[in-house]
Amino acid sequence: MSDQTLFSIFFSAMVVNNFTLAMFLGLCPFMGVSARVETALRMGLANIFVLILTSISAWFLNTYILETVPFLRIISFIIVIASLVQIVEMVVKKLSPALFRQLGIFLPLMTTNCAIFGLAIFQTNRGYDFMQGLIFAIGAGLGLTLALVLMASIRESIEFSDVPDLAKGTGLVLIIAGTLSMAFMGFAGLL
Amino acid sequence: MRKTTPSQDLIRGIWEENPVLIQMLGLCPALAVTNSVKNALAMSAATFFVICCSSVLVSSCKRFIPKEVRISAYILVIATFVTLADMLLQAYAPVQHKELGAFIALIVVNCMILGRQEAFSAKNNVYRSLLDAIGTGIGFTIALIMMGGFRELLGTGAFLEYSVFGPNFEPWVIMVLPAGGFLTLGFILLAMGYIEQRKKMKALMAAEKAS
Repeated sequence: MSDQTLFSIFFSAMVVNNFTLAMFLGLCPFMGVSARVETALRMGLANIFVLILTSISAWFLNTYILETVPFLRIISFIIVIASLVQIVEMVVKKLSPALFRQLGIFLPLMTTNCAIFGLAIFQTNRGYDFMQGLIFAIGAGLGLTLALVLMASIRESIEFSDVPDLAKGTGLVLIIAGTLSMAFMGFAGLL
Repeated sequence: MRKTTPSQDLIRGIWEENPVLIQMLGLCPALAVTNSVKNALAMSAATFFVICCSSVLVSSCKRFIPKEVRISAYILVIATFVTLADMLLQAYAPVQHKELGAFIALIVVNCMILGRQEAFSAKNNVYRSLLDAIGTGIGFTIALIMMGGFRELLGTGAFLEYSVFGPNFEPWVIMVLPAGGFLTLGFILLAMGYIEQRKKMKALMAAEKAS
């Protein structure tokens, strides 16, 4: 059991150890859907939702089922996440077909999104209880959304600036991400 | 489908379709564990093991896997081998295992491995799939060692923990921090783009001269 306070868990997951910028989790959507602020925001919200569901189910699995067979953890987590993503996909398709089209391939790819799987693993390794896990998931989700939206707004505003042909595309995005990550290092003193 | 020779299957993944540097797959481990060459090596070894084993298993069982559930089946195969790799590392290299921590488990969600199963192993025989997996694994290793090398060299002034620049070197601490990972990969990509551009220009010049 971990004795961190809820606030420090939340704040650490959101800014200090931001999943994308400090731990490199969830980079695929970070590169892929960060061209428009609108889409990035929605992707972030979908991520928060899946993260919370994952955290809850990982906690249940850990406490009630995997106690005696810890070596099955990786396999069972990935199955649970895959089915969760499938459910979310169906719900989104039903409720908002427009969003479903916008997110495109990145919605099913959430299964192999490191952030979601990473959350389940980190939560287990650090021994968070139910409430701590939930707060961790919300913080991590908000952090992901923050990083996505920041990245998307930067990319939108440099769209018409004169960038050398060479740097267009992923190289530029990575260097911007590096700069953002440096900025986020400044929060390290807060905890 | 494009016809390729076995040697092309092997070589393609190493440079021309390098998983990290060209296809931008498996970025998460490529950035997260490359703060030293040793970690990069341990990570590459584990990934190499997982991709080879799962490619062989998937390509030999492809007839029995129904098309509708193939992705889940591949994920299960990969997860099994990741569990094995996790246990092996814990037994034989406990220090590295501790250092890499959760990132060993995160090999499951490395898009590179799933991508190779879906794009190659599911359609080709065992021998070809193994060659393809070995090529991709080597490409991944090269990219990781490149990243790890740059970051360790600049961040601590050492390579594989052997001091290179001597005690007077002021380490660029930023390079071993997360921000350094992004910057290193960004600059490697820029350099590769520059080389590609030069190549294209040269080809263009040669074509002009010939005409």
